[in-house]
Amino acid sequence: MADSCVKLHYTVDPDDFTVAGEASGAVKKVLKQLGFAPDVIRRVAVAMYECEINMVIHADGGVIDVEITPEKIRMVHKDRGPGIKDIEKAMQEGFSTADEKVRELGFGAGMGLPNMKRYTDEMNITTELGKGTVVDMTVFVK
Amino acid sequence: MKLSQVKDILKAEVVVGEEFLDREVNSAFGSDLMSDVLAFVKDQALLLTGLVNGQVIRTAEMMDIKAIVFVRGKKPTEEIAELAKEYSMVIMSTDYTLYPSCGKLYCAGLVPKEVLD
Repeated sequence: MADSCVKLHYTVDPDDFTVAGEASGAVKKVLKQLGFAPDVIRRVAVAMYECEINMVIHADGGVIDVEITPEKIRMVHKDRGPGIKDIEKAMQEGFSTADEKVRELGFGAGMGLPNMKRYTDEMNITTELGKGTVVDMTVFVK
Repeated sequence: MKLSQVKDILKAEVVVGEEFLDREVNSAFGSDLMSDVLAFVKDQALLLTGLVNGQVIRTAEMMDIKAIVFVRGKKPTEEIAELAKEYSMVIMSTDYTLYPSCGKLYCAGLVPKEVLD
């Protein structure tokens, strides 16, 4: 796999909880086939899954680009949602703006962004109110 | 602990994955909050939950959880069961509530390693 780079692109549908997690599930499968360590695979899958859920809950869906090289896996999530008002607050465990419907599904407890940070090595959020949010995460392969 | 033992201890009904009851679990996690499952579960765990929807199965898949026990007599819909089948998971249903279910398994020796350290 030396020098190789696998690029994947996914579209996340808005308001469809039944398919949220399909993109992360697909990436997980690809990483398994490429022979990455289980720990790396899990970290990528969980971070992506949380982000995917967020895109469905808060942002009317969006697109995800994944770049896989032997050294690192980078996931860029772009949405055209309302943006994040206070990133510092959103990063706190337990802070959430999700509604009751989302909570009934077992999410919306304010663990999404903290979980993404927990499982990735680099995480950058660019957000603009009314325009959208980009969450750029990287997991390094040690 | 083998899943067949889990089934006996919880007097559970196997909904999906009867053929995988030989599998071992080393730990268990009881929660209705999927984000906490994503945050705290370590490997080869059994998930006990009263939440029944497709995201429970997807969350389990992300964490390599191969067996789920639905407590409080809950049963998955056909659609959810199908998704679990796709991932080769074992799904059981017990009438016990979450606390007694966890308690019974713990007493029978299913104790997470970090508790013993």
